[in-house]
Amino acid sequence: MRMIDYLNLYFRYIGISVRAQMQYKASFIMATFGNLLMSAVEFFAIWALFDRFGTIRGWTLPEVAMFYGIVNTAFSISEAGVRGFDMLPNLVKSGEFDRILLRPRSAAFQVASLELQLLRIGKFVQGIVVLAWALSAVDVAWTLPKALLLVGAIGGGVCIFSGFFILEATLSFWTTETLEIVNAITYGGVETAQYPLVIYRDWFRRFFTYVIPLALVNYFPALAILNRPDPLGTPEIIKWASPLLGLIFLMVTLQIWKIGVRHYTSTGS
Amino acid sequence: MKAYFAIISARFRMLLQYRAAAIAGFGTQLFWGFVKVMIYEAFYRSTTTPQPMELSQVITYTWLAQAFFTLMPFRIDAEIRRMIREGNVAYELLKPVDLYNLWYSRAVANCTATPLLRSIPLFIVAMLWLGMQPPDSIASGFAWAASMVGAISLACAISTILMIAILWTISGEGFMRIVPAMVFVFSGNILPLPLFPDWAQTTLQLLPFAGLSDLPNRLYVGNIPPEHVIFVLAHQLIWTLILVAFGRWLLKRGTRIMVVQGG
Repeated sequence: MRMIDYLNLYFRYIGISVRAQMQYKASFIMATFGNLLMSAVEFFAIWALFDRFGTIRGWTLPEVAMFYGIVNTAFSISEAGVRGFDMLPNLVKSGEFDRILLRPRSAAFQVASLELQLLRIGKFVQGIVVLAWALSAVDVAWTLPKALLLVGAIGGGVCIFSGFFILEATLSFWTTETLEIVNAITYGGVETAQYPLVIYRDWFRRFFTYVIPLALVNYFPALAILNRPDPLGTPEIIKWASPLLGLIFLMVTLQIWKIGVRHYTSTGS
Repeated sequence: MKAYFAIISARFRMLLQYRAAAIAGFGTQLFWGFVKVMIYEAFYRSTTTPQPMELSQVITYTWLAQAFFTLMPFRIDAEIRRMIREGNVAYELLKPVDLYNLWYSRAVANCTATPLLRSIPLFIVAMLWLGMQPPDSIASGFAWAASMVGAISLACAISTILMIAILWTISGEGFMRIVPAMVFVFSGNILPLPLFPDWAQTTLQLLPFAGLSDLPNRLYVGNIPPEHVIFVLAHQLIWTLILVAFGRWLLKRGTRIMVVQGG
């Protein structure tokens, strides 16, 4: 019952946000096109590198395209979905967050559904197209578990990125400012995860496995799908269980968020 | 002329106030540069065929591009945007100076203050620990410095056009999304231009965007011999003149259609 109630409300909120964006249709179309173009151009550069070098440490373009597709699809979904958290610093600064606390629904839910950024469709479409091409070009015997793992990897990615947006927003309860450095790590993480993690230096690789568990929802599942042994000797079970860890990460960040909300003192303006 | 210097120095002082943003930006640039360097290293290790640029040149090129990232005409002046939306642009029209020169001066301030603040610490860190090399020779260093002046004038000509484009709110918005994407690829910021396929080279080199970053960076690393600086400067100068002329023409049309709504 409660779930249906939440969903209902979510679609109402999103409906309002979409209608507001559709008031400026030409602007919306161009913004979406710009979003698409920017990410298409990025992939063009990756293609150009493979055109010149052939492979990167034994990985081919379709394989790297799979990494690219998974991470970008996940990122664009979470960017569209929970970008409302981006507005939190403004809500905190202006004291408007008080209003959200007074309503009889969870604060995280309300903030998340503040806005659905439609223009992110551009990046989403590009991610899906690259992923589809990669899936048709890689040499993989598809089985149901593998297909599920792929979906799980994207879902896990959505969890991790959403967790990050939430974490960044939560910090603003203490700082009342956005911390651009967190943003840098999120976007930098997307850039990093577009290539197999094994090409990076050790400490950097560890950072994206243990500190920011992005590798868990991208690199390890992809290894399992491609039937590649991990050159670092990670046990098979990690590859399959990893999307679940994304969910755990999201749960943890939501708990931190709750601590943040409890810590919140209104600016009073 | 004095008026423009006053504008530039006032804007310069204002921009230098944002130190926290500068530190965050510095961290971001460092992070991105580092990821890119590792990717290039991995690619170069996967091949034995000679490439148009050596790895060490590519690494230095990458750090240069990161250091001067804020010089690129990606974003438009938020203040001008607000002025146009709120109608305060009328005051700009009343000022007894040429509007194009006024906006160009603003662009010069934006294009020099932030990059100056960011490039120096990045140079130091990248040279000490991250594999960035000093200029290939003393001559290369001078050639690079000269071409940076050209790059700044070119970048400002493009960002002034972006400012003017907001006068046409809706179509201007699309323009403002497409130009940055073009700048991003064709200036060599996403990938050093020599690494693009050979068939694309001539076109890439002739486009104005090469003068923003690629040509100066290649002079620095010695990929373009220093005596060729004259061609680079000619490329930058010709494109600057064309884009300034285009900007002036656009502004003339823009101010004719502009309607200021009270305020």
